[in-house]
Amino acid sequence: MILNTPSVDANRIHARFSLDYPDAKGPAFSLDVDVTVPGNGITIIFGQSGSGKTTFLRCVAGLEKPDRGRLAVNGDIWQSETTFLPTHKRPLGYVFQESSLFPHLTAKGNLAYALKRSGSAVTSELYDRVMGIMGIEPVLQRYPDRLSGGERQRVAIARALLIQPRLLLMDEPLASLDAARKQEILPYLERLRSTFDIPVLYVSHAMDEVARLADHTVVLDQGRVVAQGNLTEVFSRIDLPMRFGDETGVVLKGRVVERDTRWHLSRVAFDGGELWVRDGGDALDRWVRVRVLAKDVSLALASHGDTSILNRLPVEVAELSQDQDEAIALVRLKTGPAYLIARVTQRSVHQLKLEPGKRLWAQIKSVAIVR
Amino acid sequence: MSFSEADIAAIWLTLRLATTVTLVLMVIGTPIAWWLARTRSWWKGPVGAVVALPLVLPPTVLGFYLLVAMGPNGPIGQVTQSLGLGTLPFTFWGLVVGSVFYSMPFVVQPIQNAIEALGERPLEVAATLRAGPWDRFFTVVLPLAKPGFLTAAILGFAHTVGEFGVVLMIGGNIPGETRVVSVQIYDHVEALEYAQAHALSGAMVIFSFVVLLVVYGYQRMQAPLGMKYRV
Repeated sequence: MILNTPSVDANRIHARFSLDYPDAKGPAFSLDVDVTVPGNGITIIFGQSGSGKTTFLRCVAGLEKPDRGRLAVNGDIWQSETTFLPTHKRPLGYVFQESSLFPHLTAKGNLAYALKRSGSAVTSELYDRVMGIMGIEPVLQRYPDRLSGGERQRVAIARALLIQPRLLLMDEPLASLDAARKQEILPYLERLRSTFDIPVLYVSHAMDEVARLADHTVVLDQGRVVAQGNLTEVFSRIDLPMRFGDETGVVLKGRVVERDTRWHLSRVAFDGGELWVRDGGDALDRWVRVRVLAKDVSLALASHGDTSILNRLPVEVAELSQDQDEAIALVRLKTGPAYLIARVTQRSVHQLKLEPGKRLWAQIKSVAIVR
Repeated sequence: MSFSEADIAAIWLTLRLATTVTLVLMVIGTPIAWWLARTRSWWKGPVGAVVALPLVLPPTVLGFYLLVAMGPNGPIGQVTQSLGLGTLPFTFWGLVVGSVFYSMPFVVQPIQNAIEALGERPLEVAATLRAGPWDRFFTVVLPLAKPGFLTAAILGFAHTVGEFGVVLMIGGNIPGETRVVSVQIYDHVEALEYAQAHALSGAMVIFSFVVLLVVYGYQRMQAPLGMKYRV
């Protein structure tokens, strides 16, 4: 007999949840998702508030009990028709949105709580590595109310790492912080990715976090999955039900192929073209991630050399779509296998007679290396 | 101001009763408080009301029903008899049972309030750190709700020391067995022994005042810690 278990894959996370809140008081909400993501790297669960992303994460953690569900993490069944592992039996780490440190324990006491319950003994090497990455050694003797918001979140992340999880869940860990604190923590998260080989499910509604951290993306809207796939692919789509306004844009992965020291610029080659970007100190041959916002892309029928714009790419119109603003259209542009999005007025669409298949030039006003 | 031997016996008996009742109430009151704090069941209202009944009922009413229930034909009486324990009225353990009901709200409500104030989050956090249910209770609930538990124990103890009506109904007046301080004072007054009544009553006033002072002082000291969790 061949068992039909396609979802039990040694290097995949498969989650299928169905959950109803027929709440008479609040708005009725239902979550119905079927998600398969790679069992490594950072997967961002993206969506606006109320999209069900936190509920999804809570289902994965077993904090919410879906009516029907199935969850397999890298070959282990956490939930099926017959089993439901309670949260404390799931080998996961969870970082909550707001501070979740126990107020009756010092930072060190909070870490000790995890050390004591970790699946296997934490080696001093791992401990030192976590301390080094999160940079919290100087504040260990303090109680949570004597820590800054950023320090609290770093201790909470360290605590989640010391439990030695096989899956790390993060629920908007930066949302409670101001922009400056956020910039302070993002590098720690990047180091976390490069140092630990733990798959991460990361809930966020912030585009900048997504562009910087995500390897893989799942987009939720009103409790349903509207897109899932790799970051570049998902964010080059313009047919998703939600609109991101000024934040609309694509993320491209490319390599630094030239550094122009005179003008402090780098040339980044991606599959589908090349872009000049401000030199961010990245060495030659390094892989970088660049973000091209749709509002910075304008269209021209001919290549103009006499402008201040550095980057011009020959593109082909692939698809047109209406922005949430009536006057604005989104144009999806194909360059090689890659896509750009341009945000232009409907009048320009009419004047340039834009339609799928039309060839023209994309002028890119600014490009930012996000990583 | 001096205490007679009978006074000392009454004081000693009262302390023994209050200690026993407090211990029993902490053990059975905690799960009740836990359930009341966290259930969304329809039963929360009725159960909460039953627990709070002694706050409003005359102690004689409570004592009367307990007397009937624990008597030879009452449901509790039949159980204790079939267990070979005899009947409970007019015994020390009868007083314990009566006092447990009488002091229940004073123990359940502070614990319930403390657990409600704690919320779901610390328990969820502990669960994601692999702490099982008992582990969560002892390492998270108990330390964070400690002020509630201490208040409950102190109030349960003090309220049992202060009871009179229930004791008189189901305990009677047996020296060394059911004659607690409040009954002893009553006896002194009946016998017109005002000096002795003064001594015991004065001691009770001081005791009760100190207890409340400690509870309120402690609650004020702890209040800021309770707030800290809500970021």
